[in-house]
Amino acid sequence: MDEPSQILAPDGTLVGDAPVPVERIRELYGDLVTARVFDRKASAMQRQGRLATYAAFEGQEACQVGATAELESRDWLVATYRDAAAMAAHGYPWVNLLLGRTGDERGGKAPEGVNVLPPSITVGGHMIHAVGLAWAERIKGSGAVALTLFGDGATSEGDFHEAMNFAAVFATPTIFFCQNNGWAISMPRERQTASPTIAQKADGYGMPGMLVDGNDVLAVLAATRQALERARGGQGPTLIEGITYRMAAHTTADDAGRYRDEEEVAAWRARDPLERVRRHLESQGAWEPAWQADVEEAASGAVEAAVEEAEALPPLGAGDIFDAMFAEPTAPLRAQRSMAAGEGAP
Amino acid sequence: MTERTLAQALNSALDLALESPDVVVLGEDVGRTGGVFRVTDGLQARHGAARVIDTPVAESGIIGAAFGMAVAGLRPVAELQFMGFSYPAFDQVINHVARIRNRSRHRFTAPLVIRIPYGGGIGAAEHHSESAEAIYVHTPGLKVVVPSTPHDAKGLLLAAIDDPDPVVFLEPIRLYRAIKDEVADGRYTEPIGEAAVERQGGDVTLISYGAMMREVRAAADALEAEGVVPEVIDLRTLSPLDVETVVASVAKTGRAVVVQEAPRTAGVASEVAAVLQEQALYSLLAPVQRVTGWDSVVPLRRAEKHYLPSTERVLAAARKVLEA
Repeated sequence: MDEPSQILAPDGTLVGDAPVPVERIRELYGDLVTARVFDRKASAMQRQGRLATYAAFEGQEACQVGATAELESRDWLVATYRDAAAMAAHGYPWVNLLLGRTGDERGGKAPEGVNVLPPSITVGGHMIHAVGLAWAERIKGSGAVALTLFGDGATSEGDFHEAMNFAAVFATPTIFFCQNNGWAISMPRERQTASPTIAQKADGYGMPGMLVDGNDVLAVLAATRQALERARGGQGPTLIEGITYRMAAHTTADDAGRYRDEEEVAAWRARDPLERVRRHLESQGAWEPAWQADVEEAASGAVEAAVEEAEALPPLGAGDIFDAMFAEPTAPLRAQRSMAAGEGAP
Repeated sequence: MTERTLAQALNSALDLALESPDVVVLGEDVGRTGGVFRVTDGLQARHGAARVIDTPVAESGIIGAAFGMAVAGLRPVAELQFMGFSYPAFDQVINHVARIRNRSRHRFTAPLVIRIPYGGGIGAAEHHSESAEAIYVHTPGLKVVVPSTPHDAKGLLLAAIDDPDPVVFLEPIRLYRAIKDEVADGRYTEPIGEAAVERQGGDVTLISYGAMMREVRAAADALEAEGVVPEVIDLRTLSPLDVETVVASVAKTGRAVVVQEAPRTAGVASEVAAVLQEQALYSLLAPVQRVTGWDSVVPLRRAEKHYLPSTERVLAAARKVLEA
């Protein structure tokens, strides 16, 4: 388990069996490009003051697109603030992802039928939710599974232990996908764990662990497919560690130059998760500049439409902060709602 | 009707609730041994280990897993063995359980019940006698319920399981076996958010909840023997507080004593006193008095009597407001 599994080398050559046909690889490439267009647009909007703090995921697109590529719509995705690409791939609208970042709770409302929880903002507490969701689906006999995404930093939280332990003890159909992007804000992976890999932690819980090249969308897809088969087959949870890299700072409020070298970033730039798929497709005669332009234009169009929709929403009123606390507002909340509206008491 | 203790009434409620395939009971030792207080006794044998689940020793994990189950459409009833053991689960309760409806704008909800035995008076070990209900009451998005009779215990627990929102259900350890009531065998509910006026009277209002209701009832008996007619209110739900009932009573009596076992500062009694000041000040004939535990760590067995509010302290406070 020392070397991460790889199917597509950084230069685009296949070093393993492609798990999907080339047409599907073209679709995955489209998802990767769309994700990057969104990510860069959101970062730019933050600089323009149109979004609050934004956590860019550039560099991690293959993990997020690959891990969700074979989820079914009935399956659950429990992800974090850096996982917009994964959430979008599983049906969460771009407009919701933007809204959340404008500081608007309406972004957390997934459409009916989209089984994606709002992104976890605290680190680590969400992994056990994927255990409970998967457990419930098994009790209901639905056949659905749950996949959770988290970072290397989250594995330091006690919650990681409890989630992994519960999942293994009860053999819940849960997939734990760690995007090891090397950095938890300013601290390198080595400061999170003395374990040579995160994947090997699975041993301690009695579940399989897999180590994959997280910048290789095909390797990520293939590993997740195995984990999904295990989960659906009643064989319980799997931990997958994708080795990737956070190309940007932790968030738009962070300055990565304070703690890491430009050479390290440049080395990872050469392992770009999009470029290797592009080269592979080109080698198969399945890529040309005009198609790339079409894909980028479609992505920009989708993102721009989301931006327009988000910015056109009427602002939230004082009453809105009370109306989703309970199914029915309680008497004290009704009284406070009136007070906030300036009726009666201070 | 069957004569039941509070613990047996809760057991009956869970047994009936488990007839629905959506209800699961989970927690440490809830299955094979029936829980440290035997509240879940016999449920695993009757309803199976898949839905009456003995979990690993991990309170945060229990609540986090129950949260996921609830979001997926089940009605989990999680047990945390003691109030002091509920603290490791604060992150799940406060950051996730209490917020999911708001942060998803009603798209996802967590209709789970978190049962927590609380309070002192049985000489238990350290961390086993806490009354930290104010922390839950202070958390937006939770309902907090505390029964003080076997009848209410059953009816309120069934209502909590039916409730579309998360309910922290506090069980007074000291009363688990202290009182027996005739409790209906079938299913019934008591409304969440409504206090009970146990005794009607015009001279002074005694307000409390949970374990302290025993001292309050004893004090009310003593006052009645002296010819004073107290009104006794069992809050039953701490959040949302039944402000209307409390204010209406004090508007009538003009005198109020609020009793809690919890530490004095920023507790439920403080909130009740604040509400009375805001809404019943011109009816008050005396300053509202609080009878509470102290702002000390709840003592161990040998010093517990110095901490727990006694009937005598409730009586002294009542006399003080009656004499004013």
